[in-house]
Amino acid sequence: MRVLAPLLLFCLLAGSVFTSASARLSGAGGLQEAQQPKQTDEFVPISQLPPQDQLPAAPLLVTAYAFVWVVLFAYVMSVGRRLTKVQHEVERLESDIAKRTRT
Amino acid sequence: MPKWFAPLAVVTAVMFAASPFLIANAPYEATMGLVQKIFYYHLPSAWVFLMSAIVCGIASARFLFGGSPRQDRLAHAAAELTVLFGAIVLVTGPLWARKAWGVWWQWDVRLTSSLMGWMVAWAYLLVRKYGGPGSDKLAAGLALFGMANVPFVYISVNYWRTIHPATSVVPTLPVDMGLALWFAVVCFLLLFVLLLRLRVYLEEQRTRLDGLYLSLDE
Repeated sequence: MRVLAPLLLFCLLAGSVFTSASARLSGAGGLQEAQQPKQTDEFVPISQLPPQDQLPAAPLLVTAYAFVWVVLFAYVMSVGRRLTKVQHEVERLESDIAKRTRT
Repeated sequence: MPKWFAPLAVVTAVMFAASPFLIANAPYEATMGLVQKIFYYHLPSAWVFLMSAIVCGIASARFLFGGSPRQDRLAHAAAELTVLFGAIVLVTGPLWARKAWGVWWQWDVRLTSSLMGWMVAWAYLLVRKYGGPGSDKLAAGLALFGMANVPFVYISVNYWRTIHPATSVVPTLPVDMGLALWFAVVCFLLLFVLLLRLRVYLEEQRTRLDGLYLSLDE
């Protein structure tokens, strides 16, 4: 009797946990099934797709044009900066050489 | 800098500023819609990318077989522009493809060979920068390889089954689309000429600087 009482209690608890878990799982499955879109058996034009399935074109277009303008501008700036640096160095060296030839 | 540089720069800047208006007024393509307008910058930059690789290759060949430092400077400048315009092609293309094809990238022959040409131009610049003495000739060899890749990039879409449109698209464009496209092509060509001249001038100044350092050491 001492052994049977805890065993019975354990079986009752295990049974209740199992049934509640299986009920929750089947509920989740049912929810997933409810969220699944209806299967279509015919062609659907892209313009008739729901909004969440359509990819907007404007951000892609704006990104492409912005990228071109920014990259070209950055490159022109980079060449200008390098050119200014080299020209300053050329002027400095030319003045150094001129000073040296005078002395 | 030559006398034509400043007026041509002004003309190019005005044309570039006007190009978005012309492109916006061009008709919508029936199947792709708005995103197809990326085409008006994508295609001209692709042509300039390939042209730049050819200029780099021809100048490198003349440097290798003639030894002219002027050709070497031209090749160096063209390689940098190949990287620049290649970057534009390889970024605008996937942005268009994401909407039109449903994927950012596809390892088909046109896209892969373009990427390879771009990487060859990068290799040219890296060899020039970190290769040490003799790297100019090694880089010139790379540029020849990059130039040999150009016809392959261009005709690949006509010979292999690929997701990329074939070269027959441009002649079949309606007038309004063609006008916007050719306007953008002229913009990119003028820009290429200007940037190439500016970049060659930078190399000339660097050569002058090296000469001054040598004369200072003597």
